[in-house]
Amino acid sequence: MSAVFEQIFQVGFLAAIIRIATPLAFATLGEMFSERAGVLNLGIEGIMLLCAMTGFTATSLSGSLWLGVLVAVLTGMLMGALHALFTVALGLSQHVCGIGVTLFSSGLAYFLYRLIFGQQSVPPAIKGFQTLPIPVLSDIPVLGPAVFNQFALVYVAIIAIPVAAFVLYRTPWGLSVRMVGENPRAADSAGVSVIATRFQAVILGGALMGLAGAFLSMAQFNAFTFGVVSGRGWVAIALVVFGRWDPWRSAGAALLFAFVDALQLRMQASGLGHIPYEAFLMLPFIFTIVAMAVMSRNAVAPSALLKPFRREER
Amino acid sequence: MSTPAPLIEMRGITKSFGAVKANEAVDLSVAPGEILGLLGENGAGKTTLMNVLFGAYAPDAGEILIQGAPVRITSSADALAAGIGMVHQHFHLAPRLTVLENLLIGLPGKGGRIDRAGGLARLAEIGRQHGLALDPDLPVSALSVGEQQRLEIVKALFRGARLLILDEPTAVLAPSEVEGLFSALRSMAAQGLGIIFISHKLNEVRALTHRCTVLRHGRVAGRVDDPANTTSAAMAQLMCGHEIVPPARGPSTPGADVLTLDGISTSKHVGTALREVSLTVRAGEILGIAGVSGNGQRALAEVISGMRAPDTGRMTIAGQTVSRFSPREVQALGLGRIPEDRMTTGLVTNLPLADSMVLPRIGSEAFSSKGLLKPDAIRAFAEEQIRAYDIRCPGPMTRAGALSGGNLQKALLARELAFDPKVLIVSQPTRGLDIGAARFIHEKFLDMRAKGCGIIVIGEDLEELLVLCDRIAVMYEGRIVGTLDSTDATIARLGLLMTGAEGRG
Repeated sequence: MSAVFEQIFQVGFLAAIIRIATPLAFATLGEMFSERAGVLNLGIEGIMLLCAMTGFTATSLSGSLWLGVLVAVLTGMLMGALHALFTVALGLSQHVCGIGVTLFSSGLAYFLYRLIFGQQSVPPAIKGFQTLPIPVLSDIPVLGPAVFNQFALVYVAIIAIPVAAFVLYRTPWGLSVRMVGENPRAADSAGVSVIATRFQAVILGGALMGLAGAFLSMAQFNAFTFGVVSGRGWVAIALVVFGRWDPWRSAGAALLFAFVDALQLRMQASGLGHIPYEAFLMLPFIFTIVAMAVMSRNAVAPSALLKPFRREER
Repeated sequence: MSTPAPLIEMRGITKSFGAVKANEAVDLSVAPGEILGLLGENGAGKTTLMNVLFGAYAPDAGEILIQGAPVRITSSADALAAGIGMVHQHFHLAPRLTVLENLLIGLPGKGGRIDRAGGLARLAEIGRQHGLALDPDLPVSALSVGEQQRLEIVKALFRGARLLILDEPTAVLAPSEVEGLFSALRSMAAQGLGIIFISHKLNEVRALTHRCTVLRHGRVAGRVDDPANTTSAAMAQLMCGHEIVPPARGPSTPGADVLTLDGISTSKHVGTALREVSLTVRAGEILGIAGVSGNGQRALAEVISGMRAPDTGRMTIAGQTVSRFSPREVQALGLGRIPEDRMTTGLVTNLPLADSMVLPRIGSEAFSSKGLLKPDAIRAFAEEQIRAYDIRCPGPMTRAGALSGGNLQKALLARELAFDPKVLIVSQPTRGLDIGAARFIHEKFLDMRAKGCGIIVIGEDLEELLVLCDRIAVMYEGRIVGTLDSTDATIARLGLLMTGAEGRG
């Protein structure tokens, strides 16, 4: 048994946690910005998939990884704008529109992929992001190889967390986002455009979801498959609640989920072979449910979440 | 004094909602340093007019001038830029954000960041100037209602408002807080700000304002140049269009018992429990239940309306013992109820008014048969009541929540009285209503009393109880501590009983 644990808890394990947490962190931050402004984006799962596809395709056709990332981010912003058009400008049900966006984006991703690449016996692959050790920092024992010998997009995620917290809590725009998510009428009477602020927050959220998708198809798997997202978007929605709509806590929630996921991967590979591997696959999700049930009981959502804003309504 | 150029002038403002003309050709002006009272009954168009001034509604016609220059105000941002600040009746604050964050919302910040230091300095300065101190880092949810209102005023001053609009600011305040508000407002006026004070409380308007504009049915009904030396009766007449005299209550001719409670006790679930409450209401009389709120009135109302079963004790309605304590059972026995909170337990605010008006009797033959609704009958019933009770609304299919408080209360009254209840229980019948609406409600109660209905009125307003009731029982800590005939009852005696000082009477 101790051999199993030795095999699990090593530097590679820490590195795996960071790697698994990265797309979740992007997606969770993206969903958080949207929800802080009062807009639930259930389109996240489909948006991530479509962005994974467009990013992959752009790289595959151009050979440039960063161009692929840019295309993925732009795709995410576009889909965010679409969701905002329905839910913010037209004030339609956020649940229904979000599910619609997911179904539409997923279908579009499959369709375009088939259209561009056709049916191939061996799925096309790209040479994805390579690990980029940071000089000096990567020489720190344990922490160095785990955190500072990663893909470039991992570093982007690590920087994105404090930046998100700064934007949300320290800038006038972030205050507007929080205000329109709590009491849009108050924001409106203070001269803040509720519609514009919500659009911006949902589009920013879409951009972050785009990064999450790009990471999956261009760094983690280096290919686009129909299962490339496989529920990570839904998990991000749970992690936002778990992280109580706060950037730091949300990132922490992503790390915790990644820890359980990395653990189950190692357990699958190790000597516990007599347990069916599907049992391990379930672990992170069971963890999510239990954690949500225990930790989120007194989590309070932004007051205006799900509520469209119309000015002349009495 | 000489007449200075008006700070703000509204000319010929007209605004309609559907078929209802909320404002019609309204003129209004405020000079610097002047406190203008804007008077009118609920639904007279005061709030609409101010929402036009603040850019929340676009007027259909008319113009707004600031210091003589016409301006277009199409959003609250425009209004703020023009120096207009508004304190709404329902505060526009985000409860989970701090005081300072609520102040800084919408301001540009400094170097891309929120200007915390600048905000703190400005907050302290305004606090010193007008005696409006606030702790900047408390979340708004931790403030009292009075403090939240102070924050709203500070917010307007923070943005450099030269004209401050206050929409019924005293409705939410305790009497002791009102004087603090008034002195702050006087201090602001002394420094040259214009203030529009919206209210229907005439004594407050007379104490505070320099001049009044009175609205009725969306039009200017008159102006008062010297409110302090004008009688309340004269102003009330302008507001209502006719003289207001308190209703005359003739001698009662009580009949048989229609509601009896005998030794009713409840265990504590929500609020104060009832302890051994016994009381009787007879046909053709009005029994008042006085008491400081929170002394078991809610439990009493819930037991009588069948929403909560007592642990011990017996209750009868029209001679029949209530056995199961369900709203349906007590209603079938002849009880009508008008709850304290019109919006939550009274009507369904998001449904059409007509649906709410038949809700308690939806299963009756009149409104449904074989499990299907009769929409025409429901609509016809609602239309009939709207006419009979002069409920001001575009029609029976209007969302109930869009009605004003007075009209909601009329709708509830219509709903209960349409079925000739043998006994009616009412909590806080005229809270938040203006003189005209309150008068109307009182008259209806007296009509019902004359027809032999027994009425039980739970209220805090002793003057109202003394006008209406034949007998008044006082509740203290879940008990009835005394019952007085209206001939012996005085505010002083009732007040003493309400504090529990006189013991069991």
